[in-house]
Amino acid sequence: MSERAVLTVSQLADRLRAVLEERFPAVWVEGEISNFKVYTSGHAYFTLKDESAQLKCVLFRNRARRIRFEPADGLHVLAFGAVEVYAQRGEYQLVVELLEPRGLGALQLAFEQLKERLQREGLFEPARKRPLPRFPRKIGLVTSPTGAALRDMLRIIGRRFGEIHIVIAPAKVQGEGAAQEVAQAVRELHAVGDVDVIIVGRGGGSLEDLWAFNDEMLARTIAASKIPIVSAVGHEVDFTIADFVADLRAPTPSAAAELVVREKQAVAESVSDLGRRLAAAMARRLVRDRQRADALGRRRVLTDARRPLRDLERRVDDATARLRRAITTAVRHAAHRVELAARGLRAQSPVARTLGDRRRLTELSARLDRGVTRQLDGARHRLGTSAGRLDSLSPLAVLARGYSLTRRPSGEIVRSVRQVVVGDDVDVLLSEGTLACRVNATKERDERPEI
Amino acid sequence: MSDLKFEDCLTRLEQIVTALEAGNLPLEESLKVFEEGVILARQCSRYLDDAERRIEILVKDEAGATTARPFAWQAEDEA
Repeated sequence: MSERAVLTVSQLADRLRAVLEERFPAVWVEGEISNFKVYTSGHAYFTLKDESAQLKCVLFRNRARRIRFEPADGLHVLAFGAVEVYAQRGEYQLVVELLEPRGLGALQLAFEQLKERLQREGLFEPARKRPLPRFPRKIGLVTSPTGAALRDMLRIIGRRFGEIHIVIAPAKVQGEGAAQEVAQAVRELHAVGDVDVIIVGRGGGSLEDLWAFNDEMLARTIAASKIPIVSAVGHEVDFTIADFVADLRAPTPSAAAELVVREKQAVAESVSDLGRRLAAAMARRLVRDRQRADALGRRRVLTDARRPLRDLERRVDDATARLRRAITTAVRHAAHRVELAARGLRAQSPVARTLGDRRRLTELSARLDRGVTRQLDGARHRLGTSAGRLDSLSPLAVLARGYSLTRRPSGEIVRSVRQVVVGDDVDVLLSEGTLACRVNATKERDERPEI
Repeated sequence: MSDLKFEDCLTRLEQIVTALEAGNLPLEESLKVFEEGVILARQCSRYLDDAERRIEILVKDEAGATTARPFAWQAEDEA
């Protein structure tokens, strides 16, 4: 039995080097560029690939300078060079001498074709885009349950408005089957119910990793979604088909979270602001109405004019008290949030900033309260004086001169014959006392006898 | 509290404020919407108070049905 021929790893590498480098000293290779990266040295590294194989390539600086186009991922090229064995890593690579573009890469071409087709169908139309809810209560996140994208989104949402309901629909976001899983996750979130907005998010990765988001079936699922979808799957610069069909595109998952969730303090402030405007508008309304009532005082006959005024005052008072409580709660809550945030950030954050926030909030709350109080006090005051004046212009004086006033039993004043029909009961108010009458006939204005 | 969504609450409140600010409503109507506005403002602040942090993850069981389970997560910077 002969001795086994045992080689060391280095010996085998040397032999392979001899075979490969002698056999392929100069070869043309056709493929698509991916993972193209230029190092600070000026050398560029990339992979050439086709449907079933990959080839590592290196393009040294002195050769790179001679290339007349920008090599980039997805480009279909012809590369000319020598095969070299890189024994330390057990790899072989192509040392590229020449690089020529070969039209668009197959993937790129497929992307362009699908994009054009969906565009023609109108799937990217701005009119199709649904607005995001301003204050979502329940947010769906479609992403990898273990990825950095999920952590980023949860952290940002937690910081801005922690008390929100988040439903994570886990999905593989790259590789085989990712498009199907993402589409399935979107459908599952529809089944959950009440989800206000969905973020489809994934962290960075190479262009091939994005490929799942250029899938036609997924694009159609996103387009058909009843819930607005924010796509945060691309890179800063690379758009995917999913980005085009989504209602909004965000450059990163963190940016998507910021677009979807407002800061709680800002929300509380807008509630307070609305409350303040509500009170101010009502106060102005009352003042204006009193002024008009003054002007009409002579004609309007309200023997019990002060009762509705008092009712009105009471309703305004009640409502105002409720409003003030609501506003105080909103502001207090925002203050509480700031307090919590301050506590959490105290270690890292400059003290000055949180102090500034607190001061702003306190000031805001005081201003709000002062504003509402001032306006309502003013309105109440004017209401009181107007009521007094209305009284002094009592319509009873008019009745004393012989005019009378006709009212329906409901109290409605009869100004036109069209308000009554024959047989109606009406009360006729005189200076002293009331006549209970029944309508015998009605005549239009032009038949009225001259007085 | 009604089941009105916060979003709808706030939108309605905004409509009311805008309508009142325009000042075209009859007095009685003004007062009615004002009172509605006060209730809405209160609901909105109560929503902010009552909102709860809830994070869930959808999980498939053996039968293939999807259910939501609590998702344990703690931000590093929120200790």
